[in-house]
Amino acid sequence: MRLKILDSGHGFGTKALFALIRTVSRQPVLDVVKLVQYRADFYGKPMGAITQDAMRGPSAWSVGDRELMAAYVAKTNECEFCIKAHTAVAQAAYRRDGKTVPDLSSNLDTAPVDEPLRSTLVMLGKLTREHVVDAEDMRAVLAAGASRQQIVDALAICFSFNVIGRLADAFGFSVPGPKAFDAGAKYLLSRGYR
Amino acid sequence: MSDINQARTALTNRILGGDGKTSPADRRAAFNDSGLAEPLRALVDKVAMHANWVTDQDIAAAIASGHSEDQVFEIVVCAAVGQANRQYESAFAALDAATGKD
Repeated sequence: MRLKILDSGHGFGTKALFALIRTVSRQPVLDVVKLVQYRADFYGKPMGAITQDAMRGPSAWSVGDRELMAAYVAKTNECEFCIKAHTAVAQAAYRRDGKTVPDLSSNLDTAPVDEPLRSTLVMLGKLTREHVVDAEDMRAVLAAGASRQQIVDALAICFSFNVIGRLADAFGFSVPGPKAFDAGAKYLLSRGYR
Repeated sequence: MSDINQARTALTNRILGGDGKTSPADRRAAFNDSGLAEPLRALVDKVAMHANWVTDQDIAAAIASGHSEDQVFEIVVCAAVGQANRQYESAFAALDAATGKD
């Protein structure tokens, strides 16, 4: 973490919470948790309300699909922390639903993803990479079978993870081993983002 | 239904207009990726356009120029939210155009 305040500038109560997390999970506290707990009224709480709604609020997209979108936005931004974190949650969510998470490590054109998820991911990738999309991009997603509301829901996810990924990279989140991400995924599936 | 507009407005109002260690003008400039002096300008532009290009030196330069860590924290948050906001609004305008809404 490039700012010491984000690593160790928290109040006594928050530090006690971190100690509890370390004890229960037997893993280090993820840097994203340290970020959202630092001066939480400035960023963590108002951002958490958005992310919770986008990722766990009512939607035609499954939780697994939404976590996959988060991972794909992270992949487009080349944010290693977020790719690993949300691939782990997507895997756990799909597993819970008796499905296998699509492998997006290669080209999206050849990845085993059904419509309208595939076209939605293509649009989110363009928006993340180029910062703009146009009506033709949206018509392609609608033609693939997505409803307007599904697109609205996907854009909320895209917003959240274009904020979080930028902060992860700018603040220099450390990238722990897979056990830490698995512990984080378990928490995010059961408790959400608040 | 995931309509985040109210929560997004609350976040933007908080980071731009609420209490902070940085002036509201500088937070707004970071949000807009426009109008900051070096070295914050370069840092904010990287956060907005290529956040994975940010280096230890970028953050160290911001601190060395007289900004506290809390100020850098706020500036970087504003830059990240500002760029995501522009993307979101571009996409929503495109969706409205595609579905015939004003």
